Order: sequence, then structure tokens, then C-alpha cells
Amino acid sequence: MFDFLEDYDLLGAFWTTVQLAVLSAVGSLIWGTMLAAMRVGPVPLMRGFGTAYVNTVRNIPLTVIILFTSLGLNQTLGVSLGANDVETINFRLAVLGLILYTSSFVCEALRSGINTVPVGQAEAARAIGLSFGQVLRHVVLPQAFRSSVVPLANVLIALIKNTTVAAAIGVAEAALLMKEMIENEAQLLLISAVIAFGFVVLTLPTGLILGWVGKKVAVKR
Amino acid sequence: MSSVLYDAQGPRAKRRNIVFTAVFVVAVAALLWWVYGTLKDKGQLEWALWKPFFSGTDAWSTYILPGLENTLKAAALAVIIALPLGAILGIARLSDHVWVRVPAAIVVEFFRSIPVLVLMIFGLALFAEYTNVSSDDRPLYAVVTGLVLYNASVLAEIVRAGILALPKGQSEAAMAIGLRKGQVMRTILLPQAVTTMLPAIVSQLVVILKDTALGGAVLTFPELLASANTMSGYYGANVIASFTVVAVIYIALNFLLTSFASWLERRLRRAKKSTGAVLKADDTEAAGTGTGAA
Repeated sequence: MFDFLEDYDLLGAFWTTVQLAVLSAVGSLIWGTMLAAMRVGPVPLMRGFGTAYVNTVRNIPLTVIILFTSLGLNQTLGVSLGANDVETINFRLAVLGLILYTSSFVCEALRSGINTVPVGQAEAARAIGLSFGQVLRHVVLPQAFRSSVVPLANVLIALIKNTTVAAAIGVAEAALLMKEMIENEAQLLLISAVIAFGFVVLTLPTGLILGWVGKKVAVKR
Repeated sequence: MSSVLYDAQGPRAKRRNIVFTAVFVVAVAALLWWVYGTLKDKGQLEWALWKPFFSGTDAWSTYILPGLENTLKAAALAVIIALPLGAILGIARLSDHVWVRVPAAIVVEFFRSIPVLVLMIFGLALFAEYTNVSSDDRPLYAVVTGLVLYNASVLAEIVRAGILALPKGQSEAAMAIGLRKGQVMRTILLPQAVTTMLPAIVSQLVVILKDTALGGAVLTFPELLASANTMSGYYGANVIASFTVVAVIYIALNFLLTSFASWLERRLRRAKKSTGAVLKADDTEAAGTGTGAA
């Protein structure tokens, strides 16, 4: 019954999905943190830029962004991100698109974490003479990170599911393999069940574990 | 301006801010200059490529508006079908009976953990294999099916959270005057929960609207993004121009919805009649999806 699976690189496809997810997660965590720093910082221009970026990117469908990285950046403007063969280029473009999109949500998750810290905490810290760095290190950021865990976990889960959009530019990940298998085999329900199972395995434990961690470290107020 | 991170600023901090601003302006300007240079090099700024959108209505009436119509049609159908389904699932998850609660929970968790695109691809093949829907209509059916399956389970979580956010006294008082479980839900909890979760539902609309673009990219559903693709082929590879126009349309639509959601949220929070419990527009994220696929 599962014989036909041997003709396809199922594990390889899911491995690409995982790679896309991990690389984009790291990248969007970095860029998202920078955006969050801009949005909560004291410099008005950077605040404006951060807000504008988040509001713009969040409202564009990821599909449009990813398709644009391929058709616009690569095929029209000749950006190839230092790769030579089509497969690597598309993979890197997909990661770029996912980073640009996801970082706006990472930014919002971090900002919501910072917003949960009552102003009184920082005022009290300043009142006992802590410097700016000390206020951040000992009082504000520990509390902010702990309440960002759950929103960040939700962003990560959405990111794992969003990697399927890379299929739109031909990255050989799970959704593209599913499409290919459905076209060639008459096993619709079985194929769908296998792919769905793969995603459930990737997302459900992530949600459960990080949700548990989030509850465990949450600041009780 | 003072926040949890920094105090009102003195002269030194203000001077530092000016330095930061200057550095930032230079960095952004350099980036923009590079973008401009590349666009110009590749001839993407030629007026001929942008002209179709600004003079004459051909581009709009042949490509953009029909695409937009399909996008809105798919989104509207998905919402109309998903809302009642989601309400049923959400209420079922709150049932006192295990044999109702657990299956509902499994359905919700299952469809929430699968990408919409996978559901759409499944839908397309399903309609091709088991129904006689014409092949022209199949992409629309598939897109709507995928969106409904996914968003019904997301809306179920919103409904559940909305009902749980109501003060306990509401259902206790209702039970105390002798209403039955069904009556409590129908006459006391649901009417209040609807206003509570309205902002969250409106911001879920944004996710649905964005997800319709998947249909255009992968399922050959002729919506807005797909029409950008055909359009750029017709007008001499004006990829940058077409994508810019389409992206601006998406941004405008979704920005309207997002603003409406937060206006609604503020208004409901102020309203004296309500119980004061409002699901934030962002609580869809608490339901695990706000970032929604695509």
C-alpha cells in the first residue's frame, strides 16, 4: 500500500521544509529583533521606519513576496544571492522572502512582550539608581523575554506551515512533492494523509513544548 | 516621551539621537540608491512599463479588477462558510460531553496544524477525482475548501476564547434563574461573545484575504496575484510595476480591515453595555495562527 512512496524522496522533501523553517527562523529572529529595537527605541525616525515596515509587510500576502523574490529580484533584477544553480537560488530566495515576511511578526511578538512590563518596574529600577544598561539587563528584558515565548512560538508554528509557500517558486519541499505525487499516483487520500501527518509531527509538538515552556516561564502578575 | 525602556530625554541623549538619525538616514538612502540604480540599469523604470496603470483603463478592466473580484469572491465565500462551521466547532469544544468535546478538539487541532496550501492541493485533487465540478471552477472550489477547513478551526478557537473570556457570573446567573445549558449558550453567552470576538474575527479576514493568493500562485486560480503575472507578460515584462500595483492593492485592503478591527476593539472596550471583556485583534495569534499562512 505504501510501496509507491519508495519512488519519492519524502524524507528529503521534509528535510528541505525543516531547513527552510530553521534558516528563516534564525534570520527573522535577527531582523525581527532589530526591527523591534527600532520600534521601541527613542529615535523617532527609526520608530517610524519600524512601524511602516511592519504595517506594510504584514499586509502583503507571503505568496506575493516569495513570487516577487523569484520573478522580480532574480529574473528581472538579476539578484542571485551568490548561488549558481537554479535550485539553490530558489531555495535562498524563498528563505529571504520568509525572513522579510516573518520578521514583522517576530517584531510584534517581541514588542508585545516588552509592552507587558509595567512602566513602574523600570521607574523603580531607575529610582534605585540602576543605569540604562542595568535596567534593561536585570529588570525589563528578563520579564519581556519570558512573556514573548508564547507569541514567538506561534510565529514559529506559522513559519513552519508557511514554508509550503516556497512551492510557488519550485523549491522541492513537502507541498510540492505532494502535488507531484498526486499528479502521478492514484492514491489521493493516502498521499494527503502522509503529508498531513508530516506537518502535524512538525507543528504539534513544537506548539505543545513551547506552550508548556511559555507557561512555565511566564511572569505571574 | 517616556516608556518602560527609557526616561524623558535630556540634552545628551537628544544629541545622540541626532547622530543615530543621521547614520540611519545615510544607510536607508544608500539602500534606496542601490535599488534605484539596479531598477534603472535593468530598465524597469521606463515610463512605458508603468504607463498601463496610469493612463487608460485597459490594465484595470482586463486584468486587475477581474482578479480582485475573484480574490474577494473566494475570501467572502470562505468567510461565509467558515463562520458557522467555526461557531459549531468552538461551541462543541466547550461541551460537557466528552464524546462531543474530544472529536471537536481533534478536528480543530488537526486542521490548524496543516498548511492551507496542503489543504488546497488536496481539495483540487479531491474535486477532480470524486466530483464533476468543471475544471474551470475547480480552483475556486479548492481554494474555498482549503480556506474553510483551516479558518473554521481557527475561528473555532476564537469563538471558544470569546466565550471563555466572559465573566463566569454571566453563566452562573443564567443557570440560577433556571435556564438550561442550551438556553444559557444561546441567549446569554453567544450574544455577548459575538461582540467580544468581533475584532479578532475581522483580523482573521486579513489572513483569509492574504491566503487567497496561494490559489493564484499554485492552483491556477485567476485571482489578483495571478493576474499580475499574466499582466506583466502582456505589457512587456513589467514585473516590478505589476507587482508594485498589486501589492499596493493588497496593502490598502488589508490596512482598511486592520484599522477597522482596532477601531472596533477600542469602541467595544469603551462601550458601557458590554462586560468589558474584549478579545484583542491580535488574539488570533493567541489562538496560534495570527501570522496565518501567507
